Amino acid sequence: MSARLLFALCLALTWTSVLMQDLCTEGASDGYKVRLSIKTALGDHAYEWNESEMFLFKANLAYAMRRHFNMQTYNVSNIIVCDETPRVSFWFVVANPADTSQLIPGGEVEEAVRKSRNRINNAFLLTDQTLQFLGIAPTLATTVIPNTPPWLIAFIVVICVVSAGILALLVSTFMKKIRKEKGVLEEEKLENVYENGIPRDGPEGKAGSLNGGFMEDERHTQL
Amino acid sequence: MGDDKKEVKRKVSGDEAASASEERPKWNSKTQYMLTCIGFAVGLGNVWRFPYLCQIYGGGAFLIPYLIALAIQGLPLLYLELAIGQRLRMGSIGVWNSISPYLGGVGMASMMVSLLVGMFYNSIVAWVMWYFFHSFQDPLPWAYCPLNENRTGYVKECEDSTSVNYFWYRETLNISPRVEISGSLQWGMVLSLLCAWAVVYLCFIRGIETIGKAVYITSTFPYVVLTIFLVRAMTLPGATVGLTYLFTPDWETLKNPKVWLDAATQIFFSLSLAFGGLIAFSSYNPEKNNCERDAVIVGCINSATSIYAAIPIFAILGFKAQTNYNTCVDRNILSLTNAFDIGEHNITSENYNDWLFSLNTTDPDIVSDLELRTCELQTFLDQSASGTGLAFIVFTEAVIEMPGSQVWAVLFFVMLFSLGLSSMFGNLEGVLTPLLDLKLVPKWMPKEIFTALICVICFAMALIFTLRSGNYWLEIFNSYVGSVPLLVIAFFELIAVVYVYGINRFNDDILFMTGKKPNWYWQACWRVISPLTLLLVLVAYVVVQAQQRPKYPAWNPEYVDFPETDLQFYPDWVFAVCVLLAAVPCLLIPLVAAYKLVQRMCLGSRNLQEQERHHANPYSNQGSYSNQGPSSNHGSHSNRGFSHDV
Repeated sequence: MSARLLFALCLALTWTSVLMQDLCTEGASDGYKVRLSIKTALGDHAYEWNESEMFLFKANLAYAMRRHFNMQTYNVSNIIVCDETPRVSFWFVVANPADTSQLIPGGEVEEAVRKSRNRINNAFLLTDQTLQFLGIAPTLATTVIPNTPPWLIAFIVVICVVSAGILALLVSTFMKKIRKEKGVLEEEKLENVYENGIPRDGPEGKAGSLNGGFMEDERHTQL
Repeated sequence: MGDDKKEVKRKVSGDEAASASEERPKWNSKTQYMLTCIGFAVGLGNVWRFPYLCQIYGGGAFLIPYLIALAIQGLPLLYLELAIGQRLRMGSIGVWNSISPYLGGVGMASMMVSLLVGMFYNSIVAWVMWYFFHSFQDPLPWAYCPLNENRTGYVKECEDSTSVNYFWYRETLNISPRVEISGSLQWGMVLSLLCAWAVVYLCFIRGIETIGKAVYITSTFPYVVLTIFLVRAMTLPGATVGLTYLFTPDWETLKNPKVWLDAATQIFFSLSLAFGGLIAFSSYNPEKNNCERDAVIVGCINSATSIYAAIPIFAILGFKAQTNYNTCVDRNILSLTNAFDIGEHNITSENYNDWLFSLNTTDPDIVSDLELRTCELQTFLDQSASGTGLAFIVFTEAVIEMPGSQVWAVLFFVMLFSLGLSSMFGNLEGVLTPLLDLKLVPKWMPKEIFTALICVICFAMALIFTLRSGNYWLEIFNSYVGSVPLLVIAFFELIAVVYVYGINRFNDDILFMTGKKPNWYWQACWRVISPLTLLLVLVAYVVVQAQQRPKYPAWNPEYVDFPETDLQFYPDWVFAVCVLLAAVPCLLIPLVAAYKLVQRMCLGSRNLQEQERHHANPYSNQGSYSNQGPSSNHGSHSNRGFSHDV
């Protein structure tokens, strides 16, 4: 009797595993293909893909399913993997823990993977590009947009420097002009002093030559 | 009597002040003058037009027509402009008016072309500034595509073309699909344009005093950056590929007449002849200055710079082609690896062909489904670009791949900025000097305010180029204003000096200025060779342009073959504008001559004599440079005379 029980158990197990394997086929509608590019991502620090790594993957997926459904029923045995290649790519499907002959629909699996994508990536030291779930588009991270665009800051700096330069040059040019005009006015005033002296001294040669001398000096200093 | 004396003295002091303020500005040193002329001649075209021409016209072989054109056309014209400016000591309008009142149109055409070219040239400088401002980010904004709204992928336009193209056409220009669609002003561009004109005004405030200081930096900095790039580029992989591609001569191209035409036009525009700027610069020189040596130095340095700039440009283009080729091969390898689930890194670039062959024999359908692109290094090298395409698309793409991209980007754009700014000096000088010489400025307006007014007017007019269709308009201005009118003006300049002013008189002037007469080579060029070649180039250019209705490449995301550019014909009204832009400066020459003729006939001979006295003969300006001007000389003579009389 125990032998018959044992035989039935073995048959059931084999039948279940065969059934489960049937659930996972290449191109299964509720399954996804996974592709890893470990050497591209890690170069010399690449690890070898073996059974333990596969176990880690199944564990991560079970975790993702638990997190998505908020149920503690998912286990490593619910993740069925098939069609492994030397590329390191394979198909997987997720079986319902309540009824192992039923698969979780692809949409739910996609949601679960998307939610925990970051955690799965980090477990394998890979990125969205090197750990690909074909058919599940990654949510791309937006680049940080600062409040003030950096180019505006550079622009403000440059325009302030240029404006300061323009103002400085304009102010110095006008100061120079005012000083020059003041210089000419003062010399004209001195000239008038001498002119007022002319009627007293007489318009003759003395004042004239004094004036002439002064005018000549002025010319030399100006030029 | 005292009153008369007072009046004479006031008049004399008035004359002193007048002569002192009207004293022509002069260069602080010969170095400043040479640097300014070199800076004017060496511009953006040396960096982004000459290497392109070298590439498409058979590499090293292009140097032959280029150097021949320099010798028989470029140098004689350059010498002529510098000599005539130095002798007659006025800006372009004054110089041609002095030679003959009927030739005033040549000066006016020069001034108009300088104004129009200055407008669009500074808009290119504004684009350079925009890229400069954006180079202070990590990562560089043109290195990645922005995400679309629901963050599932990248913006479609960016994905179809490249991130570099997207940044240039969409984020910088926000270009419209056709030239008729003007769109609105792009505020980022307006700010950059404002900045560009502010910098130009800063350098122009005190005329050549401030320009002379600015050129120490703007004329020398490009050479520093080119050398840095040369050293860096030599260490990049693929540099030698680019250089061999550039310099391998293909002698067959010399049989194509278009090569000779392009060489002649390139040397002509490269030396910035016929703008009036060179005449203005040399008019501030002392009278006895060896302008022959100056002309030869400026011409040779300009050509040497073109050749020197081509080396790092092509080394970097070779690097870019190599990188693109490697990316193409890697993409193919990845497709094969993923399709056949072969182990990673089993297929390498070396055994790729063997793998492909074996896979093709076993599973040809799968291989054909992959749509593998054939990767040829030569195809990537042949992707040539010139002008803004070279700087803002090709080069920026190369810069992303170089480690420390921000530094290289900043250096590159500051170099382009210096090149553009030093050329702007010549353009604006060709506008300001004639206006100042003709005393068209009201007395109450100081020179600084007048310069500011010109800058503000140019800025307002250049706002066209900040519209969405601005890039199309800029290409129109570049092709039509900056080509035929300059050739026409240069031809008339030659005829005016050689046949109207008289070549013998000109020879005597040069003897006076430099101490020796120009030798037989210059004589032959000025009298016969240069005018003939110029006429030939002008006719050939017009014929080539007129052969077909012009098209322009439009950036249209809706286009069937996007990202290829959509070649469109210009609409009729735009074509009319093009023709106007080319024709109006040229028509100014006969119009002004006709106007003067009519004026002469109508007013009669009495006014004619007055006018002839007013249009001073060239030799009256002699002395305007020395410390004792003619008016002050007269003043001192009369005063001495008067006082002794009394």
